[in-house]
Amino acid sequence: MSTAVFTYSLHLADNALILGQRNSEWCAHGPVLEQDIAITNISLDLLGQARNFYQYAATLYNQFSSEEKESVDRLVPALWKTYNRDLEEDDLAFLRVEHQYLHLLITELPNGDWAQTILRQFFFSAFQQLLYTELQKNSDEQLAAIGEKSLKEVVYHLRWSSEWVIRLGDGTDESHKRIKKAFGELWMFTGEMFVPSSYELVDTGNLKGNWEQKVKEIFDEALLLSTIEDDLGVKFQKGGKEGKHTEHLDYILSDMQYLQRAHPNSQW
Amino acid sequence: MVEEQTNINVTAEQKIWKILGEVKDPEVPVLSIIDLGIVRSVNTSNGQVAVNITPTYSGCPAMDVIQMDIRLKLLEKGYKNIIISQSLSPAWTTDWMTEEGKRKLKAYGIAPPNPKQQFCSPEMFQQEAVQCPRCNSFHTEVISRFGSTACKALYRCLDCKEAFDYFKCH
Repeated sequence: MSTAVFTYSLHLADNALILGQRNSEWCAHGPVLEQDIAITNISLDLLGQARNFYQYAATLYNQFSSEEKESVDRLVPALWKTYNRDLEEDDLAFLRVEHQYLHLLITELPNGDWAQTILRQFFFSAFQQLLYTELQKNSDEQLAAIGEKSLKEVVYHLRWSSEWVIRLGDGTDESHKRIKKAFGELWMFTGEMFVPSSYELVDTGNLKGNWEQKVKEIFDEALLLSTIEDDLGVKFQKGGKEGKHTEHLDYILSDMQYLQRAHPNSQW
Repeated sequence: MVEEQTNINVTAEQKIWKILGEVKDPEVPVLSIIDLGIVRSVNTSNGQVAVNITPTYSGCPAMDVIQMDIRLKLLEKGYKNIIISQSLSPAWTTDWMTEEGKRKLKAYGIAPPNPKQQFCSPEMFQQEAVQCPRCNSFHTEVISRFGSTACKALYRCLDCKEAFDYFKCH
C-alpha cells in the first residue's frame, strides 16, 4: 500500500511541478503586469503543492524496507544513489529522467499564446479541484491534508482561469479565434486525466462527468459551446501517467535540472 | 503534584507564545506570526520547546524564513532544545488572523481580509466590498486577483484613486 502512496505522490507532485515550471516561463513575459503576476502566483502555489508531495514521497521512501525500495527502484534517480544520504524532495524534482516522470501530458505542452496557457490552466484547475476534493477524504492522512490545503488555492485558480476563458471567448474576434485554436491544440490531451492507472488512489474515471459539466458551463458563457461539440470524437492521447512523454519534456528538464546536473548535490 | 506540574507548563508555554509575538512575517513585517494565526500549538516538556506552525499558502516562500526566525528568537531568549514542525490540516484561513492583526494591516496600508463567510467562493466575476485602507471608501474595484505575494490581491480606490493591496480572503 505505501509503495502505491509513494508512486501516487510522485504523480501528483509531477503534475504540479511541470505545470508550475511551464507557467513560470511567463515570468516577465505576461501580456500585462497584473496577469504576469497572476500566472506566476499560480506557479508558486503549484510549486508549493509539488514540494509537499515530494517531501512526503521522500519521507515514505526513507522508511521503506529493502523489498519496498526495490519495487519502486525504477522511479528513483540513479545519481542520488551516489550521494550516500537519505532521499530528499530536490532529488526527486531535479535528478529523475524523462520516463521516471508520471505527470499528465497536458502539463508539459508548450505554453503557446496567452489563450492556450489560460485554457490549459482552466482544464487542469477544473480537474484538480475535483481531484483534491476527493483526495482530502483519503484514508492516508498526509495525502488528505495536502489535498485539503491545496484545494483552497485551486478554487482560486479555477475562478481566475474560468473568468479568462469567458473574457477571451466572449471578447473580440481575435481573442475568440485564438481560444478556439487553443481548444484544438489541447482537447486531445484532456482525456488522459480520466484514464485510471494502477497506482492512483482516487478514481479519476468518476470525475469525468462533473469535469465535462464544468467545461460546458464555462464554454456556454464563453460562446464556445459549438467548438466542444465539433470535437467530441477526437482521439485522446495518453501515456504521461506511465512515463511515456512527448519530446517537449526533454526541453523542460534540460532547463529545470541544469544546475543540479552541472553541480551535483549543490545547495544554496 | 500533577496539577502543579500542569500549571508550570502553562506558564512556560504562555512565555513562549509571548516570545513568538516578537517574530514577524518577513513579507508583511507589521504582523507577528501570532497576528497571522499560523502558530498552531506550543508545547514545553522535558526541557524541550515544540512549536507547530501551518503555512498560509503551499508555496509561501516565507515559511522557511519564519521557521529560522522562530529558532533564532528562542535561542536568543535562552532556549536550546527547539523543535519546529509544520502541519497542513486543518488548512489555514484568514479567519485565524487576530483583530489586532487586521488593525495593524490597515494602518500599514493593506486592506485586511473580509470574514470568510462573507465572500470566499468559486463564483465568477463577483465584486467583493473591500474598504480602502487610506480613505475608508467602499467605492473600490479589483485590479488583479493576484498581487505582490500569494496572500494578496490588487485593488484600486475610485474615490482617493490610490491603488492598494488587499489581504485576500482564504
